[in-house]
Amino acid sequence: MTKGSRFRNFAIGSPMLWIAVFVVVPYLIVVLFSFLTRDPQGIVSWTLTLENYREIFSPVFLKVCRNSLVLALGTTALTLLLAYPFAYILTRIDENIRRFLLVLMIIPFWTSSLIRTYALIILFKANGLLNTFLLSTGLISEPLSILYTETAVFIGLVYTLLPFMILPLYASLLKLDRRFMEAARDLGATSRHVFFHIVLPLTLPGIIAGSTMVFLPALGLFYIPDLLGGARSMLIGNFIKNQFLTTGHWPLGSAASVVLTMLMVMLLVWFFISTRRAHSGDMEAVR
Amino acid sequence: MEKAPIVCLREVTKRFDDVVAVDALNLDIFQGEFLTLLGPSGCGKTTVLRLIAGFESLDEGEIVMNGAPLNGTPPNRRNVNTVFQSYALFPHMTVYDNIAFGLKMKQLDKSLIREQVGEALSIVKLLGMEQRKPHQLSGGQQQRVAMARAIVNKPQVLLLDEPLSALDYRLRQEMEIELKRIHRKLGITFVFVTHDQEEAISMSDRIAVMNQGRIEQIGTPTRIYEEPENMFVAKFVGEINIFEGRITEVYNGSATVDIHGQSFKVLNRKNFTAGEHVKVLLRPEDLAVTRDEDSRPVPPSLGGVIDEVIYKGKTVDLIVSLDAGEVIFVTQFFNEDQEDVIFRQGQRIHVDWPYGWEVVL
Repeated sequence: MTKGSRFRNFAIGSPMLWIAVFVVVPYLIVVLFSFLTRDPQGIVSWTLTLENYREIFSPVFLKVCRNSLVLALGTTALTLLLAYPFAYILTRIDENIRRFLLVLMIIPFWTSSLIRTYALIILFKANGLLNTFLLSTGLISEPLSILYTETAVFIGLVYTLLPFMILPLYASLLKLDRRFMEAARDLGATSRHVFFHIVLPLTLPGIIAGSTMVFLPALGLFYIPDLLGGARSMLIGNFIKNQFLTTGHWPLGSAASVVLTMLMVMLLVWFFISTRRAHSGDMEAVR
Repeated sequence: MEKAPIVCLREVTKRFDDVVAVDALNLDIFQGEFLTLLGPSGCGKTTVLRLIAGFESLDEGEIVMNGAPLNGTPPNRRNVNTVFQSYALFPHMTVYDNIAFGLKMKQLDKSLIREQVGEALSIVKLLGMEQRKPHQLSGGQQQRVAMARAIVNKPQVLLLDEPLSALDYRLRQEMEIELKRIHRKLGITFVFVTHDQEEAISMSDRIAVMNQGRIEQIGTPTRIYEEPENMFVAKFVGEINIFEGRITEVYNGSATVDIHGQSFKVLNRKNFTAGEHVKVLLRPEDLAVTRDEDSRPVPPSLGGVIDEVIYKGKTVDLIVSLDAGEVIFVTQFFNEDQEDVIFRQGQRIHVDWPYGWEVVL
């Protein structure tokens, strides 16, 4: 065996081992647990059953699923609407300002998002900063009740996940060749036409990437609904967390995890297929 | 060529930060002509094209089209179309959709669009390629799509920004002929930008040689090649030999020039006076070479030794070291009657040229 191939085997092998030990094995345990029975004394008892999955597809859980999907879709849509113009402007402005704005966007990552979510509570609570400000300006006469509503959860998710939408869009817009826009203008297109016929289709890979990076976490994040939505809003993430930490029903939580994972795998497959399709005409474009 | 200019550039100046890309440039473009802007990279030729297209705004001067100033008119409202250097074909659209784009923007009727796209495709000889995506086409085919996409809109002026530079030599020659054919067929005014003087000479009605944001000389390819007005044009267009000389005597329309002690009679177009130092320019193919073994050198002529013989098929190129120390480049056509005249390295020769074939600057 040559020195080079030994290094190659090490370079490939060690991350593979890492993934096997810390990702695959735990996940197989979750899958196994989802087919076991709950044991009030211990964690699980070794009786195989499909009961957990039957329970999962109950109206209560389906409602949780539906709520989660609606909220995740809404979050994706709003982040996309906010991020697209922002990313577009980023690619058009002076490089120094651009770098400054990108740093501003990255800085919050240095603080745990859990702590940033607590900060949102201070902002939104009845006698919080937002209400105090609005009351003092006389815009409202009674404090708005935002905290512990779906709105708060929505705002929290959008706030937390916005950078994950901006970055892929920014990368994709940066790569977009200005000549295509010039060519379209040259052929008589108005700015609106240029956007819908050229810019939007050519940045579709970025849109899909950003949407995936927002939609999937939005389905699973549990602490934001927990902290900002109180007990009222139950999403898939919270449901799973509750099974493990509150009710101690590990098999049911495992089954819900498996269902969520399947949902995400399906979305990722769709993501890969659609990016490949969007990319198929792109080879020459990025030349 | 009618004498009414379709586009006039008046004292057009364009700066990028502190760099002057186009410097108080004046240019008339006439209906139906094939005008080439020729110059080295960075001479401002592409900027002139982009100013006409409307992608850049000018800092001073004005561009007038059909008698109306274009200042501030956006590209989509100008009756010009551009063939881009690397084509800029929309990668997500088929050939058909690329070509139909301009017509769709005009919101023409679907059947009319289909008819006109078909027409454009037949002009560029690409029928049957409608459903291909740009990346499935060869470089030459992409070039044709880019042409079709522009001409389908029937612009008054077609702007071509080095459209052949990405093609290999054979394809480029083929496309030069194609471009000429399309130009003749459509009768549209072509403004062609290139740094390739061969391309410029073989295709253009007129060439504007540009340098540092200004036009050095504008004229027919023959005039540019045969009668360069200054050293820049002489050196940039084609190979040329430069002899330093001094005017000794001036006659009516002609003069004698002393080059390395030999007195040559030359045309005096620029009215030089006796005693002036001048440069005498001669194209390699305008020089006549005689072997000393065939005939004794008769003054005026310049003696030398053949350094290198480069056989080119229909011509033979000679690199000659003159006795005065200069190295010159001479092209000789084969003379069928004198097949035994063979040039060899080391042979002594002398060169002269027919009166009037030189350019004195």
